[in-house]
Parts: sequence; structure tokens; C-alpha cells
Amino acid sequence: MTDVASIVGIGETAYMRKPGSGLSLLGLQLQAAVRAIEDAGLTPRQIDGIMPFPNLGYAEGFAANLGCENLRFQSIVWMGGAAPVASLRVAGAALRDGLADYVLIPAGWNGYSGARARQTVAQDVSSLPGGAIARDYYLPFGFTAPPQWYSVMARRHMHEFGTRAEQLGCIAVAMRKHAQLNPNAVMNGRPMTLEDYMASPMLADPYRFFDCCLETDGAAAVVVTTPERARDLGKKPVTLMGAASGQPHPADEITNRKDIFRTGLTLAAPEAFGRAGISPRDVDFAQIYDCFTFEVLQQLEEAGFCKRGEGGAFVEGGRIELGGELPVNTHGGLLSEAHVLGMNHIVEAVRQLRGEAGERQVADAEIGVVTGWGDFGDGSIAILRRG
Amino acid sequence: MSQADASIPRPLPQLEGFAKDFYGHCKRRELRFQRCGGCGAWRHVPREMCPECGSWSWEWARSSGRGRVFSWTVVARALHPAFQDACPYAPVVIEMEEGVRILSEVVDCAPDELEIDMPVEVVFTDVTEDVTLPRFRRVAS
Repeated sequence: MTDVASIVGIGETAYMRKPGSGLSLLGLQLQAAVRAIEDAGLTPRQIDGIMPFPNLGYAEGFAANLGCENLRFQSIVWMGGAAPVASLRVAGAALRDGLADYVLIPAGWNGYSGARARQTVAQDVSSLPGGAIARDYYLPFGFTAPPQWYSVMARRHMHEFGTRAEQLGCIAVAMRKHAQLNPNAVMNGRPMTLEDYMASPMLADPYRFFDCCLETDGAAAVVVTTPERARDLGKKPVTLMGAASGQPHPADEITNRKDIFRTGLTLAAPEAFGRAGISPRDVDFAQIYDCFTFEVLQQLEEAGFCKRGEGGAFVEGGRIELGGELPVNTHGGLLSEAHVLGMNHIVEAVRQLRGEAGERQVADAEIGVVTGWGDFGDGSIAILRRG
Repeated sequence: MSQADASIPRPLPQLEGFAKDFYGHCKRRELRFQRCGGCGAWRHVPREMCPECGSWSWEWARSSGRGRVFSWTVVARALHPAFQDACPYAPVVIEMEEGVRILSEVVDCAPDELEIDMPVEVVFTDVTEDVTLPRFRRVAS
């Protein structure tokens, strides 16, 4: 198999709620970008490609501040939280075709101190997946936000396969345990038991409060280049073996899918594993986009780590915890580290594959998976290898 | 929540294009969905062409108005300021006899009484002078 690209630089800001980052949306992301470029041993003048997160930045603004005077490639993948991982794949294609030599992929927001998602929906329908469809057919009935949209899928999964709240709780508890080993995790120092989880109030039944990701300030970034260029840089390279993205059908409306569990990842995962030439059994850890607990379970199924309907049993018994068969979200994820739009999942995967994850290091980690989930079920997946 | 939040009105559909027709039928107490003139497939939400057969031909065909509860969520804490006072409320996905699904609510059913496959039928609620929403009520199975 031909390797797609290499990740050679990672950068993160501090992750926090109160008192907030004190930085602008762009300033926050620039801080992470500078760290990623330095980590790669590059200068901003060598960054000639930038792929911002949809609605959160423009390549021009990044380039003008960083001093990227040789910018020649920019692109935005409009897949919500699936964008960072999907951007890795697009960057790989751009690098291979010579559109750029070093691509910066930043993401971040003031998700706590800035405009909160629940407030913007009332003012800006264009920020919603589905746009006018959501405005005309969802919002009049109070179907206004992601935990509500996705919990309809979760309930259906419970009905069809007998998935239980305690099993969703196993996911929340695993993420929280991992956060105790991560000093930059917002929930570090705040452990949680399954009893705590079950006692947490409902938000959008079957989603409790602790099924839901954090709202935090923070940014992260990576720098991607060709495998050949990566060998000339100082860092231990992490190689993108295979990656793919996909969309459900229809992607702009979440209730009328013939098979409601067929999401973007259902399409993307076989393609990515095929390109990488490995199977899910070969994977040492997985960083799964965890906007809500059920989305972790559902993606584990659609990525092929277990069969559809078996996700509930799969996440039980510590299998997805550090020391288990498939550690998931070793940094604590969006649920317990911070909501950095999944870019923090990519950064953590790289850290694990470099052997730099400290107390939470997966022993001898060689191959890791990162997924993204966005909008009404857009999906992306990257399979990464050390070296 | 503040008074300012409580003053934000419930969101309404924008009555233009297909939505103007769909909600116009609702105002006349008719639930109609697009039905393809090529292959006969029903569809919702409205689309320009048939994703099944590619036909541009379609009509607003009248639904029986009967369906079953497919899934739902119970919103215990509103994530839109206009729905603060409505909690708990349940957005419900109804699967109609024609096969299409519609997001709505069941008006005469407390959220904890909802059941998957519960039979329901459409009712109409005038929420403003211009807008009538299709909602559902329980029927004996």
C-alpha cells in the first residue's frame, strides 16, 4: 500500500472553561498553529497550504498573521466535526499532486466563553446542518440541537438491539478515567463513576448530561507533509496509511434514511482499511469522535470494530479503557478532555504513536485510528502508523 | 433564563418555495407529500427531483394522515431559548403509512407514554395567522 502523507507537527493550547481563553477565535487557533509549526521544525514561510475548519477561520487570516508568504493551497471540507480527519485525506491528495509541500490544519474555538451553540441557533439558521430544511421542518417542533437529533438514533438503537443506558455510561466513564491521566483535560481531577453517570439529569432523553461533550475554549493544529519530506525532519514521523470520508444519504436530513445507522463512516471505514491494507483487529487504540456517548458506540460498529448491534456489549468490561483490548480516547475525548472539534483526537493519536503520551501511553502502540463525525452523520477516518 | 430569552418567538417555517406549498396544504387541513410521477415513490422533505428514479415529475399527493411512532427524544432542557417553557417536550419521528417519515410531535401524549410503533394520526394546529403545523394524536391500534 502507498502511504498517503505524514503528520510531522502537533500543537495545542491550554483547554479550559472558566475564565476563558482571553483570545480571539483567530488568536486562539494561531497559538496552536505556531506550536504545531515549531514542533515540526519548520518556519511559517514553509507552510504553503492551510485547511481551516468550516465557519471558524479563513486561510487568508492565518497566513497574514503567521507570515505564510508562500501560500498556494487552501481548502475547507464542509463536514462539521468530520472535517479535521477528512482534511488529512484531502491534504494527502494535495501533497501528492504537488499543490503544497506543508499543509497546516488548525481548529479551535471559544466554545465556553464565546457564543454558545444553544444561543447561536436562534439567530443564525445558516449555522445548522441542513440549513433551510432544519429551519422549515425541525425548528418549529423544537428539534433544534445535536443531542436531540442524535438521541433519536440512539433510542432506535436501544429498541432494535437492546442497547442500555449503562452501556452508554461505560463510554462516559472510560473517557473520564482517561482524563485523570491527562493534565490538560478539563475534567482532570474530577473522576466520575457509573453511579454518577446514571444519576446525572436528562438533557435529551436518552441522553443524560454526562452523555454530552464539554463546551470549552481551546485550539489544536497539525502540520502534514509527504512521507519523503517527513523523513528529512527531526520528529518521529507518524504516517497516514489510509483515510477516507463519507456522507449518509440523504446527508441534509436525518429522519428519512432507509437505514438510519448507515452514516458517513459506514462508507468511509472499509475504504480506509482497504487503502491501509489492515483490518480493525490490527489497531492498538482508537480516538473516536465523541460528541455524545452513543456516537462512539455507533462508530465502533460502523468502523468494523464490532458488528452492528453489538456495540453495547463491546464497550462493557473495560474493553475500551487503557489496558483493555481497544483503548478509546486515551486523552479523555470531547467528553472529558475538551471539545476541540476532534483535532485533539488527531493530536493525541500522534502523541501515542510517538510514544509521548506519558502516564496514559498505550504500550508499544504501532497503529491507531482516528474518526470524525459531523453535521447529520458525516464521517471520516484516518489510520495512522508510527514511523 | 432572562426575560429577553423568553421573548424570543418560536421559530417558524419560511413560507417560500416547497415549504410554502407544504404548509399551505396544512392550512387547508391536508397533509400532502411529494409523490414521484415516474416511479411513484413518496418523499419528504420536498426535493426538486426523485432521488430514486431521477424523474422531475411529481405531485403533492394526499397522505392518509396515519402513521406510527418511529423514534423520539424528550427534551428536558431546551437548547433554544424559545422552548424554555415547553420542557419537557418530545420531538417525535413519525413513519407514515406511505413510508415517509416526518418530524413532529404527539399532542395528547405525555413524553413518558410514547412507545415505538404507537399508531397516530395527523391533526393541525394554527400557530399564527399564516402558519399551520401538522401534529399528531393517538389512535386506537
